[in-house]
Amino acid sequence: MSSLEQIEITTEELRHLVSPRAIEGDTILLNMGPQHPSTHGVLRLLLELDGEIVVSCIPDIGYLHTGIEKSIESKSYEKSEVMTDRLDYLNTMGNNLAYCLAVEKLVDLDVPERAQAVRVIFAELQRIASHMVWLGTHMLDLGAMSVFFYTFTQRERILDLMEMAGGQRMMTTYFRPGGLWRDVPDGWVEGVRELIDDLPRHFKEFEALISKNPIFLDRTKDIGILSAEDGLAWGVTGSSLRGSGVDYDIRKAEPYSGYERYEFDVPLATEGDVYARYWVRMKELYESVRIVRQALDKLPSGPFRSNNRKFVPPPRAELGESMEAVIHHFKLWTEGFPAPKNSVYLPVESPRGELGVLLEGDGGPKPYRCYWRTPSFVNLQVLPMLSKGHYVADLVAIIGSIDIVLGDTDR
Amino acid sequence: MDAQLEAILTDLEQKFGASQSEFRGQAKLLVAPQHILAAAKALRDQHGFEMLAALSAVDYWPERKPRFHAVYEFKSLAKNLRLEVRVPLDGDDPELESITSVYPNADWHERELWDMFGLRIQNHPDLRRILMPADWTGHPLRKDYPLGYEEVQFSFNFEEIEARKPRPKE
Repeated sequence: MSSLEQIEITTEELRHLVSPRAIEGDTILLNMGPQHPSTHGVLRLLLELDGEIVVSCIPDIGYLHTGIEKSIESKSYEKSEVMTDRLDYLNTMGNNLAYCLAVEKLVDLDVPERAQAVRVIFAELQRIASHMVWLGTHMLDLGAMSVFFYTFTQRERILDLMEMAGGQRMMTTYFRPGGLWRDVPDGWVEGVRELIDDLPRHFKEFEALISKNPIFLDRTKDIGILSAEDGLAWGVTGSSLRGSGVDYDIRKAEPYSGYERYEFDVPLATEGDVYARYWVRMKELYESVRIVRQALDKLPSGPFRSNNRKFVPPPRAELGESMEAVIHHFKLWTEGFPAPKNSVYLPVESPRGELGVLLEGDGGPKPYRCYWRTPSFVNLQVLPMLSKGHYVADLVAIIGSIDIVLGDTDR
Repeated sequence: MDAQLEAILTDLEQKFGASQSEFRGQAKLLVAPQHILAAAKALRDQHGFEMLAALSAVDYWPERKPRFHAVYEFKSLAKNLRLEVRVPLDGDDPELESITSVYPNADWHERELWDMFGLRIQNHPDLRRILMPADWTGHPLRKDYPLGYEEVQFSFNFEEIEARKPRPKE
């Protein structure tokens, strides 16, 4: 089985990636994925194995490449936003947020306070929802079936709130350049409050189930250790870096959308192993609830979208009364708004790490270039380093612990 | 602009003949391609930019000089600074020095630059396509690469379009 000819990629291209023992037939080359339940999507790994020990691991990505960066170049600024949900499908609101903030920065557009607060609430709820999926699938990979059902029940409640506001459960496109698509409906605030009052109880339940479980500890302690130096050198961000003791959270370092107004802590662990990353994410859940509660308490009234008519279309009701409104409506929905010939880079803290948008305008109504610095793409690069010398079963735990989304990786 | 960043920019300007600009409070530095490796080293070792946050490119076709800009986003956690470095590249088949020896995570980013823009990265340890299939021709994010689409099939031309639809090879 170990002869390289049996692997579909050209042999010469791979020779430098595997150890000489693979060429001699001393170690086995094994293909894992792209259709493998524990690779969280369509990640393909070419593993070089010595028995059950991983000697080298070669990730092969691109199976979910959708060319969204290219497609964005052919649509107007507002229309492009619909595609951004599809990048990281567990962080749809967060992607919208990064994109809207970049557009707003590029054209220098103001966002009303109310919209900023609602954005923060949704971004944090989305973080909880994303962590729920991560926890469920991570535990599923490690053989704990039931956690998956518990976490998905909680995630469902958040998706219901998103549906209530945006009309869609996942691909909401609810944030728009200049604010929100519409104001939050009646009963939404009460719904969120009820949810966040209830959630910590469930988080405690998850922790009670998992945190001291001897099997879980065996599978995660001292597995896949990432040192702080390596983490920085490899550009790892988010919870994976905070698990190695580096205090870096963009919500604190470069606050956006009014995060500076909320009080919250950044959980840190120093071990850098799978368990540390698990611990950090669990603690982040409580912090997200804290932020949502503060934002709800201080939720300002007022407009939900900027009334700068050069960028934001007028409400439907105005169209029957004002000629100006008709003209703006027509201009914005046929042509779009122009942006200056320059570029901005805007980072936000997604549940997986630094999500950055490099948006360049050319003076016209379409983005000239929109690059997505996605956290999964960068974080996945450390997988070969983390998995070296561990069992295949541990590799599965490591993939789960760096929390990748393949839609985010491949774009 | 931040005073610390100001000093760093002035230093790099003197050392590498770079030119700086600013837009919406974000500093940008234009560095010639032959200096990028040295500039990256200086940024990491002398100015405390521990992290290469992002690396991408922009195609200015049909412009030729420069046709591309390679865009590096550096981040300093200790000083909480961000700096964008742009490297102008002339011609259709430009070469760019790899900075993987300084920032190891440039590895996949540079593979993406080769895959998507066709920038020939020099001294890269493993320059293969990363997102597109290995046998793909062309570099999709270049501006002269057409955006694909699906033809609409009607009953009168259904068969004709069906026959020329791209299919995966056996």
